[in-house]
Amino acid sequence: MFNLKTTPFHERTSALCQPQNWRKWAGYFVVGSYEHVLDREYWAIRNAAALIDVSPLIKYIIKGKDAANLLHRVTTRDIHKMKVGQVAYTGWCDEEGKMIDDGTVSRLDETTFRLTAAEPNLRWLSMNAVGMEVEITEVTDEVAALSFQGPNTRKVLNKVTESPVDELKYFRLMKNKIKGIEVTISRTGYTGDLGYEIWMDNKDALKIWDTLMEAGADYGITPVGILAMDMARVEAGLFMLDVDYTSATHAWIEPQKSSPFELGLDWTVALDKQGYFVGRRALEKEKREGSVWKMVGLEVDWVGMEKLFKQVGLPPQIPGMAVRGSLPILSGNVQVGYASTSTWSPLLKKYIALAHLQKPYFEVGTDVRMEITVEHHRQHAPAKVVKLPFYEPEWKKK
Amino acid sequence: MTSNQYDAIIIGGGHNGLVAAAYLARAGKKVVVLERRHIVGGAAVTEEIFPGFKFTEFSYVVSLLRPEIIRDLELPKHGLKILPLPSTFTPMENGDYLAAWDDHDLTRRELYRHSPKDAEAYDEYARVMARAAKAIKPIINLIPPDPSSLSIRDMLGLLKVGQFATSLSEKELYTIAKLATQSSADLLEEWFETDALKGTKAASGIIGTFLGPRSPGTAYVLLHHYMGEIDGAFRAWGFAKNGSGGVSGSILNAAQALGVEIRVNCSVNQVKVKNGSAVGVILENGDEIQSKVVMSAADPKRTFLQFVEQKYLPDDFVTSIQNFRTRGSSGKVNIALSELPNFTALPFEGKGHDSVLHRGAVSISPSIDYIERAYDDAKYGQISKRPYLDMIFPSIIDPDMAPPGQHVLSCFVQYAPYDIEGGWDDAKRDQLGEAVISTIEQYAPNIRKCIVGMQVISPKDIERIAGITGGNIFHGELLLHQIFFLRPTPQWADFRTPLKGYYFGAAGAHPGGGVMGAAGMLAAKEILKDGV
Repeated sequence: MFNLKTTPFHERTSALCQPQNWRKWAGYFVVGSYEHVLDREYWAIRNAAALIDVSPLIKYIIKGKDAANLLHRVTTRDIHKMKVGQVAYTGWCDEEGKMIDDGTVSRLDETTFRLTAAEPNLRWLSMNAVGMEVEITEVTDEVAALSFQGPNTRKVLNKVTESPVDELKYFRLMKNKIKGIEVTISRTGYTGDLGYEIWMDNKDALKIWDTLMEAGADYGITPVGILAMDMARVEAGLFMLDVDYTSATHAWIEPQKSSPFELGLDWTVALDKQGYFVGRRALEKEKREGSVWKMVGLEVDWVGMEKLFKQVGLPPQIPGMAVRGSLPILSGNVQVGYASTSTWSPLLKKYIALAHLQKPYFEVGTDVRMEITVEHHRQHAPAKVVKLPFYEPEWKKK
Repeated sequence: MTSNQYDAIIIGGGHNGLVAAAYLARAGKKVVVLERRHIVGGAAVTEEIFPGFKFTEFSYVVSLLRPEIIRDLELPKHGLKILPLPSTFTPMENGDYLAAWDDHDLTRRELYRHSPKDAEAYDEYARVMARAAKAIKPIINLIPPDPSSLSIRDMLGLLKVGQFATSLSEKELYTIAKLATQSSADLLEEWFETDALKGTKAASGIIGTFLGPRSPGTAYVLLHHYMGEIDGAFRAWGFAKNGSGGVSGSILNAAQALGVEIRVNCSVNQVKVKNGSAVGVILENGDEIQSKVVMSAADPKRTFLQFVEQKYLPDDFVTSIQNFRTRGSSGKVNIALSELPNFTALPFEGKGHDSVLHRGAVSISPSIDYIERAYDDAKYGQISKRPYLDMIFPSIIDPDMAPPGQHVLSCFVQYAPYDIEGGWDDAKRDQLGEAVISTIEQYAPNIRKCIVGMQVISPKDIERIAGITGGNIFHGELLLHQIFFLRPTPQWADFRTPLKGYYFGAAGAHPGGGVMGAAGMLAAKEILKDGV
């Protein structure tokens, strides 16, 4: 009874997880990596078809006459403009316009939405729903989810779905059937590649897994853990709660909080939408006055880094996976920000980071320096601010 | 209409030619690449010989491609993806196998099964080799100085070599001196007792040479193959997406983005010389193209004995190029498969998608003696009855290489001597194919019924298709008397040639072959230094 929960795919994933590399995610055990080395899993995302168990994602079904009104009020997107079958990525804020969490809103029908979140939000949603005709149900433990990512995923899905997914556009969803089992398929993911998320009833989980694994065998389907996904999401410029920002509800001190603007989410803040939404006034003010911080991409200059290692007679040594640790960013000798996740990109052959920089250092093209450790010594490697995402294949939205 | 006046003409659209062109264009030069074939890439090409099956026809792995080229030309942006090749699997004659996996502990445990002593020695050996490779790595990007010259450039170059030599520890110096002169068999026998381990390691010392593992000098070639492992996160061996054509393709894209003009189906007849300088080329169709500089990315023999009238070159230079060893010793068999061959040493169930051994290389190298015997056949002009094979299954690494559910097998085979007794013909080619299949059959009995198509490439075919004289995969063997300031010939190892305005930047120049791109890059830099 004191064990963490296992996902509906556990019977399959546990049989495949060679290194016994498990990670905690929202009270569940999920596979960190299936193999001893991450390479094949990473490349399955970028070159084939990666099957990732994302069941621990927190999921709410929001249903009722006021469902759209509630989400319109809570999130920063213009929910009333969403069509049935549309999915929207969004953050939501507190009254001060600071981010509480982020996730996707899917309009399943006129009055039913699914909201995903990194952390529990039922209390916050309920507080905002006072007086509304709406029912909020957490379905995290009832709905299993697979993230199916990579350039070959469409071909594999078309082999098993009742209706083809060719017409399914980026950030849209469809009801479909796999071997007669009802599923919802959304063209979404956390990798910045072509990809889908498949939502199903728990009881169908193993059957869907097996069907995909069989159909995908000729297309390089590979079960992939969350560590490889972590590398891909940095390349895609996607951030993570509790790693790249702190929820306003958890922050101890004011500077730990971030606004959507500060996280580069300007495009998700619909200040032109009708009516009140939580944080509106603060966000309008920030928009007017400009943000002091911004999350940007950082590319470490390899030659500069190589020089620092060469001084001690070593080739550059950087971890072969994403590192969730804060690294100071300097301009001259003054700290002007920090990197929250850094990773080696096997595809770009670059050392990249998601970094939070102060004005004016967040402008694209700015030269800064990032802390690295060279043989136990702190050094600072030259780096440049670049546009996010680092990687966006042409087929992502096609 | 395209004008026929350029800053630089590159003869040959192999990867070195493309790299040189890209670097020159990056410096603002107007460059054209002239390629004899209908596609560029040279020996780094991928072709669909059977519909749906893509063959990485000649070269098949990447590891030595210089990191600075990847960076400078932004090759990932232009499509370069290097996929992992995680293991090497050596089936043994007694039905067992020896494997090196991508996890250090797994490999140690696997070696331990064969010899606890070797399992420990393996780590130390790897460290010694990596240190030696690291120690000599600075030489790769050095313009080889002429030790007999008193020019400032050469003196500075020699100084660099001297600095490098004095930077080595005594131990490193001895290791390198030994590596430079030893046979790979002698080296490996100092370290290991497991035959399959010694055989597999020794194999990388003979690739592309016409030597056996007991020939002195092969330890150096072994070291050459360690160079890829010392660039930190840039990593070791891999398989490029879409095969070696994917490497060339990304360089082509980069070059074109930089404004390089590419002309295919464009054979060069002769370099045009005026007042003792190269001033352009004359094509086979009689057209002329003018340029301040001409660089050949062909092999040394074509570059100097075919493209240039010999009256423009000193006699001793010509003799020296004539003597340059380009004995092709290897072939390639590319096979389209309906299903995967199943190795009895580690069989799979079902269709083999999850078979770990098929993800990496499969090496037929059960012992040093096995390879030496294969060499014995070749010494006397015969195809090895039981050849050394280095196989990979590109369709397992990159499913796009074959139709869904089917596969391709890329099989490097040595020895297949260029100078075969009686000369190469269809029958000899069939004999080579049969030697390969019957060898694989010993370890994977179902191979024959998996085959739906087969392309056998002899050294003669390498010469005919890729245009490499002698069919040597390195454009000339990596022998001690053919490297560094001796490559391709003394006094002319700095990418310049006795003919003013004519440059040479391909695998036959320093630092040699292996899809490094270094020769092309260094030649381009020298051209720019000369102020073109």
